[in-house]
Amino acid sequence: MGRYLGQKLLIYSLTFFFAVTIDWLIPRLMPGNPVDTLVSRMALRADVAAILRSYYLQAFQLDLPLWQQYLNFWGALLRGDLGVSIWLFPQPVLKLILDAVPYDLFLLLPAVILSWIAGNQVGAMAARVRWLDNSILPLGYILTATPYMWLALILAWSLGQVAGLFPIAGAYSFGIRPHLSWMFIKDLLWHWFLPFASLFLVMFGGWAIGMRNMIIYELEADYSRYLESLGAPPRLIRKYAFRNAMLPQITGLALQLGTIVAGAVATEIVFAYPGTGYLILQAVLNQDYFLLQGCFLFIITGVLIANFIIDIIYALVDPRIRTGMTGA
Amino acid sequence: MGAWYELIYFAFRNVKLRIGLTILLFFVLAAIFAPLFARYDPNAYVGPAAHPPSPEHWFGTTTFGQDVYSQFAHGLRLTLIVGLLGGSIGTLIGILIGLISGYRGGLLDEILNMITNIVLILPTLAILIIIAAYLTVRGFLVQSVFIGLTAWPWAARAIRAQTLSLRAREFVDLARMSGRSSMKIVLTEIAPSMMSYLFMVFILQFGGAILNAATLDFIGLGPTQAFSLGLMMNNAVLWAALELGMWWWLIPPGAAITAIVGALYVMNVGLDEVFNPKLREL
Amino acid sequence: MGLRVENLRVYYRTLRGYVRALEGVTFSVADGEIMGLAGESGCGKTTLGHSLIYLKPPMNYIEGQVFLDGQEVPIWDMKRMNEFRFRRISVIPQYAMNALNPTRKIGQLIADLLAAHGVDFKEILPELKRRLDLVQLSHEVLNMYPIELSGGMRQRAVMVISTLLNPSLLIADEITSALDVSTQKAVCEMIVEFRNRGFVRSTIFITHDISILYQIADTIAVMYAGQMAEKAPTEAILRSPRHPYTRMLIASLPQVGVRYREERLRGIPGAPPRLLDPPPGCRFQGRCPVAFERCVETPPFVEVEPGHFVACWREI
Ligand SMILES: Nc1ncnc2c1ncn2[C@@H]1O[C@H](COP(=O)(O)OP(=O)(O)O)[C@@H](O)[C@H]1O
Ligand code: SF4
Ligand SMILES: [Mg+2]
Repeated sequence: MGRYLGQKLLIYSLTFFFAVTIDWLIPRLMPGNPVDTLVSRMALRADVAAILRSYYLQAFQLDLPLWQQYLNFWGALLRGDLGVSIWLFPQPVLKLILDAVPYDLFLLLPAVILSWIAGNQVGAMAARVRWLDNSILPLGYILTATPYMWLALILAWSLGQVAGLFPIAGAYSFGIRPHLSWMFIKDLLWHWFLPFASLFLVMFGGWAIGMRNMIIYELEADYSRYLESLGAPPRLIRKYAFRNAMLPQITGLALQLGTIVAGAVATEIVFAYPGTGYLILQAVLNQDYFLLQGCFLFIITGVLIANFIIDIIYALVDPRIRTGMTGA
Repeated sequence: MGAWYELIYFAFRNVKLRIGLTILLFFVLAAIFAPLFARYDPNAYVGPAAHPPSPEHWFGTTTFGQDVYSQFAHGLRLTLIVGLLGGSIGTLIGILIGLISGYRGGLLDEILNMITNIVLILPTLAILIIIAAYLTVRGFLVQSVFIGLTAWPWAARAIRAQTLSLRAREFVDLARMSGRSSMKIVLTEIAPSMMSYLFMVFILQFGGAILNAATLDFIGLGPTQAFSLGLMMNNAVLWAALELGMWWWLIPPGAAITAIVGALYVMNVGLDEVFNPKLREL
Repeated sequence: MGLRVENLRVYYRTLRGYVRALEGVTFSVADGEIMGLAGESGCGKTTLGHSLIYLKPPMNYIEGQVFLDGQEVPIWDMKRMNEFRFRRISVIPQYAMNALNPTRKIGQLIADLLAAHGVDFKEILPELKRRLDLVQLSHEVLNMYPIELSGGMRQRAVMVISTLLNPSLLIADEITSALDVSTQKAVCEMIVEFRNRGFVRSTIFITHDISILYQIADTIAVMYAGQMAEKAPTEAILRSPRHPYTRMLIASLPQVGVRYREERLRGIPGAPPRLLDPPPGCRFQGRCPVAFERCVETPPFVEVEPGHFVACWREI
């Protein structure tokens, strides 16, 4: 197990190294001087442009040798210096991101975990109840084919705009300042519900279908047939099948992380929910290069950490890895 | 001949395949012909602002009075093209890496595996954020290429596993003993016996690319000078379609994507049933 | 009393119609008898074995009766069969090496299975350990996952599990096919040992490889295209086969005790009929060198000598 996790950790370190290098390399590979590109892209007053240019010049350090630039880049990164935002000049990018992270987690963690659990349960049920199968399966395919932002838009329009049941923008009402009170928490949850629901539903469809197909596959497997011919009750056979089908679902969670992140970003944009997704939209609209780069690093780091947590869980659940039989 | 006949027989009998194919064909035809019926330039301000559907403007108008139908027709076309391109690129790279990795094995396999794992973890979105930050002008080609470049790893993995199991089979041994080159064996013996599987991989890559592209367009990282369904949604949100209750602008793009991708997924299940005799329902 | 199967008819339902895999099969296996069931691939051996314990769609029960120790076995009823499975009828499947749940320790799996049949694992543990010794598996395997064992070890574990409750009937399906010669021999000896020690009473040992049956079977039954062709004591089948198909089959084998023969082995020309639309009557007609008009009727399976049954119009 230690070896397995060690291997994973090595891959993640390599990935991080690779990602940071790409991040550093891209501006330097683009035709022309990156500072000129960035400054000229904004229609600015001459004096502001001059300030910006001097800031960028100092940040990129293009006059140093390349290896020095590269080392300094890592140095700044490890010190947590991600530069300064243009959109909310002169706030540091790191602060903006750290402010956004709690909202991301508040939205994503419940949506991912609950949809995964519910999807697995319902998918397993669908594998043995005919009418459920006939209704869940088409629904699941529709949900998982739905772009996150569209379901978000539809929910916001129908339940928010038309029915007026939920607010459609922000993490809490405009007038209130965040503080610890029942009123604020209620307001927070009320704003949270629609973005959560749209993330939950799309993911739920995918997990339910995945589980249903995996279970049917497992029920056809040799070990199921053997148990059946030895008169084991369906309950036992399904229990085994469910457990074995969980393993690929855990791997599936890791594989889906990229898509989930993109979905969360899109959902936050629809609901103007102040997480990283919202930052990305603002950064794109405002040509805020350092903010984008910060979001990039944050997403990569988050995905890597999530991957590693999933690996640990997988190693704990799959006896084959626990006993060191395979490094799958 | 008999085998082909049987496949086609089962293909036509399969309800899922028929439904999926019908929907897909409908949208493909729409993507080809709908723009011909579009009477307006999708960017031009041609009508009253924020107007619901009317005989003049079938899908209504945007906040600025652009024709939603024209935008939809052109957007649908681009969305399908990006899906097709991105899906093809992803499938091709997946096939290439999977086949080589599975057939050659050894050190090359280890290296390719490592690369596959790294790209598998990197979120497409993150890479595109960085690219988009620098490329002022992005075309749909660039987008398709990057979607394909980040989507191949699962396909490569699956194809590698298939190749490994096929490599162990007799007929490949026979080919090898007859002294043919690896490349020839891969192309003439292994790839054809995986055709059905590869086709299904392509269908999933196609659907995935459409969804990916739509999300990126929506975030504002898509093509800068063309219309896609994702971009339509992006504009709708930025220009208060939600607050103004302009459902005619909000609903069509996403509905089309859902229908197309859903049709592809259902087709995939149907194909699985057709190709895999074990799953053929009685 | 043993097993008695009468006129068993089991078809596979497919899109293109019924595959008539078992057509009026009749035979019996006595207490303590190891019956070898032989025949070309696709003649219905596995179908017969499955029918006796695990008759599930696409298999379709058409007609026929099965009696075990005088009691009728409701093979058409998946639910009621659970009373018989494992306790009285058991199976070592063709896929024995993959028959164990990969994510459950073997001991736990056995405990789960026993609990489902109301048997206490602790009580049976000493006997279980003795049997593991018998098949030369360490007691440690109970604490292991199947992947920690080699294929051969897994198969032996399955042999022990399947016979743990001393069933009256054991069906062993092609359990030697994937093994090398020396392992084959060991497995055959275990099957005989299981019978000698009374772990199982009657055994149906399925194989497409007749030569292996010399070592182990008391009687041999030969199937052809879903029908029983001949059944007799091993000696009789080898020395004086009566059914034309059996004769050709035996003739095509290297003779027992003879090192090699000058002439080339004689394969049987032609191919078995498609079971989707087999010809009426004796299904061997198409390949039978001595077929005549009568053969369009189905020949009965009759006892031509004590314990020797043949289904051929020429032999009646
Ligand atoms: N699931 C199935 N569906 C249709 N036909 C089948 C199925 N399984 C076996 N058969 C057919 O039934 C016949 C007997 O098969 P089987 O009992 O497996 O033969 P054996 O074990 O003697 O090799 C064969 O003709 C085979 O094609
Ligand atoms: S019944 Fe007729 S066809 Fe069948 S084996 Fe006997 S002689 Fe041959
Ligand atoms: Mg068989």
